[in-house]
Amino acid sequence: MQERIAELRAAGEAAVAAATTTDQLEELRVQHLGRKAELPNLLRNVSDLPPAERGIVGKAANQARQALQAAIDARVAELAEAELDAKLVADRVDVTLPGKPEPVGGLHLLTRVRRDIEDIFLGLGFDVVEGPETETVHYNFDALNHAANHPARDPGDTFYLAPSPRLSGDIQRLLRTHTSPMQVRTMEEQDPPVAVVVPGRVYRPDSDATHTPQFHQVEGLWIDVDITLADLKGVLLSVARSIFGADRDIRLRPHFFPFTEPSVEIDVSCHLCGGTGRLRSGERCPLCKGTGWIEILGSGMVDPNVLSAVGRPEYDPERVQGFAFGMGIERIAMLRYGLTDLRTLYENDVRLLEQYA
Amino acid sequence: MKAPLKWLGEYVDLTGLDAAEVAARLNVTGTELDRLIHHGVETPETVVVGRVLSAEQHPDADRLRVCQVDIGGEEPSQIVCGAPNVAQGLTVAVATVGTVMPGGMKIKKAKLRGQVSLGMICSARELGIGEEHDGILALNEALPGAEDVAPGTPLTSVLEHADEVLDLEITPNRPDCLGLYGIAREVAAATGAELRPAPWTAAGAPAAVASGTSAPGPGEDADAPDPAGDAIDGFAVEVRTPLCPRFTARLFEGVTVGPSPLWMQARLSAAGMRPINNVVDVTNYVMLVTGQPLHAFDADRVAGGTLVVREAAEGEELETLDGTTRALRAGELVIDDADGPTSLAAVMGGARSEVHEGTTRVLLEVASWDGPTIHRTAQRLSLFSEAASRNAKGLAPEQASWAQALATRLLRETVGATRVGGTIEAGTWDPNVVAPPLTVREARVERLLGAAVSRPRQTELLEALGFVVTDAEPDAPAGAGTLQVIVPAERRADVTREVDLIEEVARLGVVADLEPTLPARRRPSSARLTPRQQARRRAEDALVGRGLQEVVGWSFTDAGAAGRLGLTADDPRAAAVVLQNPLSEDQAVLRPTILVSLLDIARHNRTRGVEGLRIFETGTVFRDAPDPTRPDMPFEHTAIAALVQDDVFAAKGLLEALFSALRIENWSVEATDEVAFLHPGRAAKVLVGSGAEQVQVGLLGEVHPRVAGTWDLPRVATFLVDLDKTLPLAPESRPFRPVGQFPDARFDLAVLVPDDVTAARTVATARKAGGALLEDVAVFDAYRGKGVPEGQVSLALHVRLRAADRTLTDEEIGGTRDKIVAALAEKVGGVLRG
Ligand SMILES: [Zn+2]
Repeated sequence: MQERIAELRAAGEAAVAAATTTDQLEELRVQHLGRKAELPNLLRNVSDLPPAERGIVGKAANQARQALQAAIDARVAELAEAELDAKLVADRVDVTLPGKPEPVGGLHLLTRVRRDIEDIFLGLGFDVVEGPETETVHYNFDALNHAANHPARDPGDTFYLAPSPRLSGDIQRLLRTHTSPMQVRTMEEQDPPVAVVVPGRVYRPDSDATHTPQFHQVEGLWIDVDITLADLKGVLLSVARSIFGADRDIRLRPHFFPFTEPSVEIDVSCHLCGGTGRLRSGERCPLCKGTGWIEILGSGMVDPNVLSAVGRPEYDPERVQGFAFGMGIERIAMLRYGLTDLRTLYENDVRLLEQYA
Repeated sequence: MKAPLKWLGEYVDLTGLDAAEVAARLNVTGTELDRLIHHGVETPETVVVGRVLSAEQHPDADRLRVCQVDIGGEEPSQIVCGAPNVAQGLTVAVATVGTVMPGGMKIKKAKLRGQVSLGMICSARELGIGEEHDGILALNEALPGAEDVAPGTPLTSVLEHADEVLDLEITPNRPDCLGLYGIAREVAAATGAELRPAPWTAAGAPAAVASGTSAPGPGEDADAPDPAGDAIDGFAVEVRTPLCPRFTARLFEGVTVGPSPLWMQARLSAAGMRPINNVVDVTNYVMLVTGQPLHAFDADRVAGGTLVVREAAEGEELETLDGTTRALRAGELVIDDADGPTSLAAVMGGARSEVHEGTTRVLLEVASWDGPTIHRTAQRLSLFSEAASRNAKGLAPEQASWAQALATRLLRETVGATRVGGTIEAGTWDPNVVAPPLTVREARVERLLGAAVSRPRQTELLEALGFVVTDAEPDAPAGAGTLQVIVPAERRADVTREVDLIEEVARLGVVADLEPTLPARRRPSSARLTPRQQARRRAEDALVGRGLQEVVGWSFTDAGAAGRLGLTADDPRAAAVVLQNPLSEDQAVLRPTILVSLLDIARHNRTRGVEGLRIFETGTVFRDAPDPTRPDMPFEHTAIAALVQDDVFAAKGLLEALFSALRIENWSVEATDEVAFLHPGRAAKVLVGSGAEQVQVGLLGEVHPRVAGTWDLPRVATFLVDLDKTLPLAPESRPFRPVGQFPDARFDLAVLVPDDVTAARTVATARKAGGALLEDVAVFDAYRGKGVPEGQVSLALHVRLRAADRTLTDEEIGGTRDKIVAALAEKVGGVLRG
């Protein structure tokens, strides 16, 4: 009996060792250890043996069954590993094929630049306010100290609205030519100190590569008892460095704007040539045209007449003072992203827009 | 304003300064250079005086002459010339070989029909100094003394025919810089160069002589009353309007109209003005120097010898110099003589009294005008001549005297005219009424600029600009004194207040090296976007996150846009705001809805081959109706709108994302077939709130196929949301809701309901029936067709129940399910399927 057990074990182990697939091993498991197999039957019938043999045979058969079981498990594990390896090889794909397409979304370049500028000014302590795009002559010109014969009022420089029988009041209406009307509107609503920026769309009848009849500005206004021209320079220096890089410098160039006095234009040192006017190749810098400076905005100390036009004692020009500025979002976008033709911004070719998304 | 450098150098000593250096200094003190132009021959030193020794017919060309020209060499040079007037004995200007002509043409040794030619005999036009193009410039006729000049002498030593020209941008507040002497004063103040006496003064006249450009003659004291009195025999002037504060006139006899001297023509050409004749050229020359326009009448064509300045009556007509008859508006200014209107004052002269070839007597008018009145007239008639645009600035009355004085000298010197009588003076201006001096507080300068400037330094800077400065309290300590400042006449309109003087100090002495500071008083907390601004950014970002590309369209559209959208004239959206002065018909009105922009952009992209477009825009839309917050202004609001090449449910999914980003939960849609530009069966109003609080905030739907077709688009869906209405409804934050520790119970129901029951109603019914245990119920499928009776739809509902404090029992779950099923049956006729 014990020989038979040894035989069965040896035959089983030989077959397991010879198996090459997990499927074969599954068959062997049924064949050698299944319900109809000889070895389990031997074990099942141990009670029929004489008592003296029962222990010995039972033990031997049990050992043989466990050994066979272990051999199959080990061999299954071994083969499964190899089979997975083989499957992985077969499953190999060309990972350079494209991914599953996802729709591409993005903000328009103008929004990105506007948000950037808003965030920079929030960091400097300015609130963001917005205002209407249709305006009165009062807010767009009169309250901003524009002389009656100032050329900006000409129909060649301002879009006027046709008179409308649906609207009350015999007033001349226009599309704001700048975000500056919000200087006055803000001071009408808010007591000093005031520090606001006003992003928004403005309009002028101009159309070429660097002018579009609609464009976007960010107005700025800071009024308090002691805001100086030196503060204007300090704040705008921070802004210029935030936008164009920490190495940038700015210069103030005297100019004329009706609503500021003194008025200055702000130039930033050219970020392309580092303010030298020459590229590394020695060529004249095309961005600043060799001057080393790029004009970025107009600004100045708020004219006392503008403060007076608010008509509130809180804005008595002997008590409060401050600065205002206006920068073009398109201009910043052009300088930062190397755009050469503004009109493409309004063509909205999504393939172009996605490049900036 | 074009400032030829050599001409400018007559008024300010530019020794050692080139054009670029002058421009750079002006640039940082407030006068921007538009561009630097080289006027005339590029290599002026290679143009020499020559004498034509012989001019023979070219053997092989009828129109050419072969000339032997003495240009100072040992042998005469042979030059082939095509001008009809070239002749033996003429003194001419020769562009020698190597000369670069205006425009870049280089003179080379050439052979013309077999004959060698070593240079070019120049016409005035070729030299850039005039319009003459009948032939070569005969210097012996045009330039006194030229016959005595040795051949080979550079032409520049007898005629400044080429120059560097600064084309300067003059800001509107500085009409004084519309005259070269004003620019000279700026250059002097900006560079420290010496300003010479004004050319209209006695001291200034010899300076002009010294430069060799004009013949000697006495100057006059322009600011003193005319010693010859204020009358001219046979002439009278009356001013009947306060809009002409000063009108002066002088009479000149012995005038012979002809070309003006070459030096004057050269200077006018360099400054961008066409030489016309000696009288007109003097008026233009004087205007360019003083900034003050002048007008020359033929004195014998001033009917009755009288001039009356008055305001026109409405509709009155006048024929101007250009031969056009113009209807005038009330209040515009005209000058009459005895025969009626002769001139549109300060804007354009009349044809009747113009100086002509036979003029022998000139009445020279120099007047000051009310700037805004002239500006309006010139603007209305589009007549912004050099003179009109200067008069539109409202020049100082004193400038009239300066112009008369300089013109008098030049008419005498260059036209040979004799002045007769005195200077007629009319108008309300009183030279004895003097504005009080302005006060500058030293402390105020520092308070405004953030940098201290001492009184002596302020004085120095202001005096360089012609201000007369007195230290009112010389003993006051530094920082506490004041200056008294008298403003020169030409700056009176611009400088009226202390702050204007501080600007002058700032631009010349402070701005260049101002130390930057940050405001001392800063707000105690950091700045943030308002909740609405934050919500708007979230809304935009949500759409970007769903793969939409933001676009920025035009606020403008054409008047036909409303029609293309299918809107009838009585639709409020069809009432577009109309521009009075549009750039083009395509941009004649303001967009009544962003949909117009989105459709335009979609078409543009589609024609370029882009498929599957997904775009959105945030922007302003306008309507010709009173704005609720500003009743006298048109209605405008900020909207956000999306357009996708897909169906209504795609657009609705995006709308769900939008409201989720805005944290608005109680929104809903309601089908509508009343929106002309939307598919009548696939459109909805977008509503927020419920009951009496409910407001419509927008629209959702597929674009009407007819409208889409107009834009060459396939099926596209859109939503349009009024952000001005919506953003205030967006909560700043959403209250935290615990997810619950106990498991939820889920089951699905398939119910057949009649077709006219909306999914929204079915869901609402189920929600109400589910009571407190119902966490969520949603439709996940709607099916019509096989197995569903006609007129019915099968809705698949997914229901989730949950209690915060326990695991639900089978009884609770089953009970709720039964309640929902019963309610569906009762309220919406729902029948449970299989
Ligand atoms: Zn550069």
